[in-house]
Amino acid sequence: MARVKNLKPFYAVLAVVAVGGAGWIWMAARGGGGAPISAPVDEAAVARAAGFPGYSLGSPDAPVTVIEYADFECPACAQFAILTMHDVKQRLIAAGRVRWQFRDFPLPGHRHSRLAHHAAACADEQGRFWEMHDQLFYGQSTWAAERNPYNRFRDYARAIGLDLARYDECMESARYSARIEASVRDGEQLGVSSTPTFIIGNRRYPGFMAYDALRALIDSAAAASSNR
Amino acid sequence: MAAALLSLGGFFISLYLWLWKLGMVGELACGAGGQCEVVQNSSYAVIFGLPVAAYGVFGYAALLAVSLAGLQPRWQSRREPTLLLLALAAGGVAFTAYLTYLEAFVIRAWCRWCLVSAAIIVAILVSALAGLRELRRAGSQS
Repeated sequence: MARVKNLKPFYAVLAVVAVGGAGWIWMAARGGGGAPISAPVDEAAVARAAGFPGYSLGSPDAPVTVIEYADFECPACAQFAILTMHDVKQRLIAAGRVRWQFRDFPLPGHRHSRLAHHAAACADEQGRFWEMHDQLFYGQSTWAAERNPYNRFRDYARAIGLDLARYDECMESARYSARIEASVRDGEQLGVSSTPTFIIGNRRYPGFMAYDALRALIDSAAAASSNR
Repeated sequence: MAAALLSLGGFFISLYLWLWKLGMVGELACGAGGQCEVVQNSSYAVIFGLPVAAYGVFGYAALLAVSLAGLQPRWQSRREPTLLLLALAAGGVAFTAYLTYLEAFVIRAWCRWCLVSAAIIVAILVSALAGLRELRRAGSQS
């Protein structure tokens, strides 16, 4: 090393770099959480995005339509997706008895919810909404505890075979934020205030539902519509 | 001195990428294209269970420590710190060369931060070589 007598100016410069670097890291860590997707949405954009009926499964000719307002970060919604939805798909939807519509209803208290709903919308763009729906609900306890699940959602996108370049572009654009907000407004208009809330016929049923209870409601809605 | 400043810069870049890998910072500030994430999410971004960025954090911390030690009065005229710095930097350059090769020919995506880190480690090696040369010159004069 070259012989240097006074190291003070050097230490001053080093300290400035250290403070600057630490500040940069701190700002980056604080800003984490996919800011554009969680940012407030422009009212005009929400109005333009209205009209999306949700993600549907099953025949449009089914006698009963069930609308599910759910939040990917809500534990009761995950419980429903894991415990009940499998039977619903196999025994009701595949049999042509029910048409299912999933609608976004991220609750304000859930910090990663909008990001999760946006990831699902980006998966839908590639025709894989339901695969992402399952990944998000089955992995909920893992990602909900994370500081920023952006990468985990990306791992899910890879696992379900999405084109990652398109997925990344979709997430960066935050283009479905307004549509998600429009869905929340639709739910609020129908009186939805918690998740999951099921709308069967013209009635609202909040809270987790087991298969048998759901099926009984669907049967009575089907009977009512055939009597009409 | 240059080596210490460069090491500190490299340390923060590696720390940023490591924290990102741990999910503690938001989307990578990488400019348009998002290729940083392609590189950082590739299977090559983890070696023996530890993210590559973590090796960078420890490597740069070691380089910083050695270069600061070498500036202390009792080490200033000794060769050991410079030689150690040279060895560490040479190892870093070799590792970076391997990573850059992966980016160019295997992953086929460029991570801007990794390239900045590559430039930094090369500059540290150059400064260590310059330090060694200076020591030799000082040695032959005395």
